[in-house]
Amino acid sequence: MKELKISVKNLYLKYGEKTALDDISMDITSKQVTAFIGPSGCGKSTFLRVLNRMNDLIDNCSITGEVLIDGIDIYDKNLDVVNLRKRIGMVFQKSNLFPKTIFENIVFGPRLNGVNDKNTLNEIVEKTCRQAAIWDEVKDRLNEPALSLSGGQQQRLCIARALAVEPDILLMDEPASALDPISTAKIEELIHELKKNYTIVIVTHNMQQAARVSDYTAFFYMGKLIEIDKTTRIFTKPSVKQTEDYITGRFG
Amino acid sequence: MELGKKHKDINGFIFINLVRLMFAFLVGLLLLIIGIIAVNGYPVMSLDFLISSPANNMTEGGIGPAIFGTIAVTFFMVLLAVPLGVSAAIFLSEYAKESIYTKIIRTSINNLAGVPSIVFGLFGLGFFVLFIGKNLDEVLQTGLLFGQPALLWAAATLAVLVLPIVIVSTLEALNSVPKSHRDAAIGLGATKWQTIRDIVFPQAKPGILTGTILAISRGVGETAPILFLGCAFFLPNLPVADLCIGDYCIPMINPTEQFMYLAYHIFILSTQSANPTKTLPLQYGSTLVLILLTILLNITAIIFRYRFRKALGRN
Repeated sequence: MKELKISVKNLYLKYGEKTALDDISMDITSKQVTAFIGPSGCGKSTFLRVLNRMNDLIDNCSITGEVLIDGIDIYDKNLDVVNLRKRIGMVFQKSNLFPKTIFENIVFGPRLNGVNDKNTLNEIVEKTCRQAAIWDEVKDRLNEPALSLSGGQQQRLCIARALAVEPDILLMDEPASALDPISTAKIEELIHELKKNYTIVIVTHNMQQAARVSDYTAFFYMGKLIEIDKTTRIFTKPSVKQTEDYITGRFG
Repeated sequence: MELGKKHKDINGFIFINLVRLMFAFLVGLLLLIIGIIAVNGYPVMSLDFLISSPANNMTEGGIGPAIFGTIAVTFFMVLLAVPLGVSAAIFLSEYAKESIYTKIIRTSINNLAGVPSIVFGLFGLGFFVLFIGKNLDEVLQTGLLFGQPALLWAAATLAVLVLPIVIVSTLEALNSVPKSHRDAAIGLGATKWQTIRDIVFPQAKPGILTGTILAISRGVGETAPILFLGCAFFLPNLPVADLCIGDYCIPMINPTEQFMYLAYHIFILSTQSANPTKTLPLQYGSTLVLILLTILLNITAIIFRYRFRKALGRN
């Protein structure tokens, strides 16, 4: 029996009057990869951002329902959002490295936590770069601008940067959608590696990718969660017709 | 149309050459102005001209005090305008929620840029000298120290004048920082303030400096706003006072003194002097110095901006 990491109950999200997420309930298992699939605008990215409260930044966004991480309600008024985000790493669709050196990008998070000791920072950089399978490529150029790396390298560096704050959940929003097939393969390999230690939630447009990397798959459509199940099941005999239509390419 | 035959874009040809002509005309005009000033101003140029005071009823001597006054006023102006303008822009862009009030504020800033500069002068006299200065004197029991036209109030008035420039360019600089960088910082657990301090502001610095450069250029060239604010016809002494801590004294700019100002000096040489023809070489010389001073201040700021950009890994 796998451990429960995230539990969402009856979540609604509105932008002004427009409902973007409609009564979502799901459980996400610890140290597994859960993929969110669905057509553009179905709410999967919005839902991902609910999990680390990134939607707080949007002015007219209102949320009702319950999101429990390790049993703690993350929308509790007394909860420290900043600490929450430190426990949840996020990787975005496009690499968003800062215009700083490779080293400074990775230590940005630890520095926020007050880590300033040079040796500790060096250790963190090496450890996270190894985890993100980019150490060999950057170890000799840590003081070069991060933006001088290739697209695929930048994205893996983003993963390293996210890991540097020692999260236990990793949220990935279409992390490979802007990458070539080789870089994509590297990221997917990495996800396999990382799930030993992290709970990973990944949004993807690419159904083969969902099938390859995930243990569970959730299908979203028009702001609703249509179905969530083991990936093998979703891709062989989904219980809802809509899911099957989407997966076989009949719409979406 | 036949393949292989080159199509002639007559309209495009006319347009691009018209644009080239306009451009050449503009550059030519600028070079002409600077050239006339340089040629006529060059003969009076000397170290003595740059440091000595005007003499013999303004028809001889140099412009030292005016240069000093200009730099002093500009210094205080930047000191007041940049922190205020940058804070205002950060508030507007990062903290204030879009509402009718922020719209009014934005419109006001744009309108402020269009107010005639003489109006700023009158405002400065009424607000800074007569209201703030007089009340300061009353509260601090300083007699008549702040409640009179002085360098500080001239700088403050010019600061208000250039405030829109600083705010608008800072706003643009802040807006040009990609949202994805903010998301990244927030996602890593940075607070809003940390995100602004560590990610947004460093990237906006070159743009803020551009605003500062523009502000300096504008401020140095203004005459009207400081007419009533302590800008003197002629002063034998520099607005300097010794600041003493115990027995140890260092000369400092005294912001409560009156001052001479290059732009104003040119104005009086050409209109108020007893013999404008006789002062003509001095006028050209002063103008040349004013232009060179503006260029020098600009270059300083440009060097800073270049360094900041380089630190960001761009060029």
